[in-house]
Amino acid sequence: MFKKLALTAAMALALTTAGANAAEVESHVEDFAFSFEGPFGSYDQHQLQRGLQVYTEVCSACHGLRYVPLRDLSSESGPGLPEDQVRAYAAQNFEVFDAELDDFRPATPADHFPANTGVGAPDLSLMAKSRAGFHGPYGTGINQLLKGIGGPEYIASLLNGYEEAPSCAPEDFDGHYNTVFAAGGYPDSCKDEDGHHMYPGSWIAMGQPLYGDDVEYADGHESDVHHEAMDVSAFLMWAAEPKMMARKQAGFVGVLFLTLLSVLLYLTNKRIWAPIKGKKKHA
Amino acid sequence: MAGIPHDHYEPKSGAEKWVHRRLPVIGLLYDTIMMPTPKNLNWMWIWGIVLTFTLVLQIATGISLVMHYTPDTTLAFASVEHIMRDVNGGWALRYMHANGASLFFVAVYAHLFRGLYYGSYKEPREITWIIGILIYLLMMGTAFMGYVLPWGQMSFWGATVITGLFGAIPFIGESIQTWLLGGPAVDNYTLTRFFSLHYLFPFVIAGLVIVHIWAFHSTGNNNPTGVEVRRTSKAEAEKDTVPFWPYFVIKDLFALAVILAVYFAIVGFMPNFLGHPDNYIEANALSTPAHIVPEWYFLPFYAILRAFTADVWVVQIASFVTGGIVDAKFFGVIAMFGAIAVMALAPWLDTSSIRSGKYRPMFKWWFALLVIDFIVLMWVGARPAEFPYDWISLIASAYWFGYFLIILPLLGVIEKPMPRPETIEEDFASHYGKSSDTATTPAE
Repeated sequence: MFKKLALTAAMALALTTAGANAAEVESHVEDFAFSFEGPFGSYDQHQLQRGLQVYTEVCSACHGLRYVPLRDLSSESGPGLPEDQVRAYAAQNFEVFDAELDDFRPATPADHFPANTGVGAPDLSLMAKSRAGFHGPYGTGINQLLKGIGGPEYIASLLNGYEEAPSCAPEDFDGHYNTVFAAGGYPDSCKDEDGHHMYPGSWIAMGQPLYGDDVEYADGHESDVHHEAMDVSAFLMWAAEPKMMARKQAGFVGVLFLTLLSVLLYLTNKRIWAPIKGKKKHA
Repeated sequence: MAGIPHDHYEPKSGAEKWVHRRLPVIGLLYDTIMMPTPKNLNWMWIWGIVLTFTLVLQIATGISLVMHYTPDTTLAFASVEHIMRDVNGGWALRYMHANGASLFFVAVYAHLFRGLYYGSYKEPREITWIIGILIYLLMMGTAFMGYVLPWGQMSFWGATVITGLFGAIPFIGESIQTWLLGGPAVDNYTLTRFFSLHYLFPFVIAGLVIVHIWAFHSTGNNNPTGVEVRRTSKAEAEKDTVPFWPYFVIKDLFALAVILAVYFAIVGFMPNFLGHPDNYIEANALSTPAHIVPEWYFLPFYAILRAFTADVWVVQIASFVTGGIVDAKFFGVIAMFGAIAVMALAPWLDTSSIRSGKYRPMFKWWFALLVIDFIVLMWVGARPAEFPYDWISLIASAYWFGYFLIILPLLGVIEKPMPRPETIEEDFASHYGKSSDTATTPAE
């Protein structure tokens, strides 16, 4: 009994002190409402096309998408571009090295988006699945259960997260202050006496990529930073998980059929046991 | 098969007789699925079927994945993406396999705690229990090596940390670590041997599963009352049991369908929820992730591993007594494997003559606390190693050992058990209207 009490006390202690422990300022990842969330959500084809445009005109200067085949751009559950358009897009925008020609040639739909390692920027093929926007509370994973893991939300928040560096930082500190980026450099002058960060986020190598009106959308959609960030995040989610629609559909069919099978087996089970069990007693 | 008296297979047609004289395989199958099974089994007795099914599922999806996977550090990560993007249904195979591991461990923990509560480990089922623990150990090894194969950041750093544990063993540790890795650090030679063993272990598990089933088919199933099936005559045995087919086959299939519906919902709607985002970053020996966290099913034992730091007095005593050979790191490793070893020794640590926890008034509470303890350990294993989590994991680890090493032996002596039914028949009749004295053969 003592141990149980001790454990309860320890738990209570944990829950009260964990708050104090988290003195470090948390960066805020906004819970953007994407069309592909939830069991029935699907990609918005127009949004993916706009996101592709942002990627092509802005991101692709430094970032590659090496695992994504260009032909997938014509996927019905993805951007859904007509095949000849994909061919033109590939040829216009990318050059790939052909080992047979021993030279560069324009890309075709049979190629992948090229890798881009020029300035050391990370590849974006799986970015939306390799980042978590939401955590906790207290290591329970409930937030991720309710809101999703939050990869695309993290990307969109980060693109919106550039702010004037706090005055505590030295003028010449490496990188750009971002309120959402967690893994970057942090000047000691912005930590309190316990070493906790006084401001959210950290300093990221990438300069602010989107300022609003960086691209001109053909469909006349708003092109402020918020919308551009959302569009490109949706596109990167598709790039990371191109089979999401097929997956959800299979999940739906699977759950439906197994539920049906459960009902049938439940009735079968009841029936075969009936002669053995008779009526249930109220015990 | 020895055990509870029941009707055996008699070949009827000429063809059956022909086969039976040469290879009595039909008889073996008949006896296996017609085994007399205590009719009072509750819903905690479904996990064996779930586990068997999951093993087959993992082997089937795994063999298909192998057809497209490349065990080479420069190609492994890309080949997984190839499976996810280019292979027909590849994403389904991979998500089913990855989440299948979680299903496997959910089921094995439920199965294990069922055994701990109803005293399934007690005489005469010790061998069944020990084989079960061996299967569990092999499952952990298989799951760990499987997680390395996608060659993501967590794969690489998880392999580094876990094989590093063996390096903590005094004198021979470094050699063992090198032997496990195939070289001085995690590299291509590690990946290829893990791949080979990840493919081999499931078949060893399948073999042990057969022995596990053989063992309890000899002793008979335990049941919620812990009272044995009467074996003096076939007539008496039939009052306590029903044949496995169709009664428990259908019941288990129903449970399996419900569990698979949940599993499919996870695979279809949130396949990465139980994984770690860092594993979608290709392994990089030059960049250590901020938090290296094992998969959820390892967390309780990972918490025990981390709990015993150098400032804990038992660790200091152990270090002093052994002249520093047992340091905090090695103590943690001993504690982690010890936590599983004490489970394996449960048949001999539990001194109570009463099998089922249902009739043990004090045991019930300590057992409930053990289940809570296990969940707390799982939670604290993923928290940072700092106050207050260090204290919580230490207290929770202490309880884990206390339960097996102190409480189980002591309770058998001081506890006064509650009255138990004489027979399974009596227990069953107290719940259901129809007593089995009347004809039990179903009309259809």
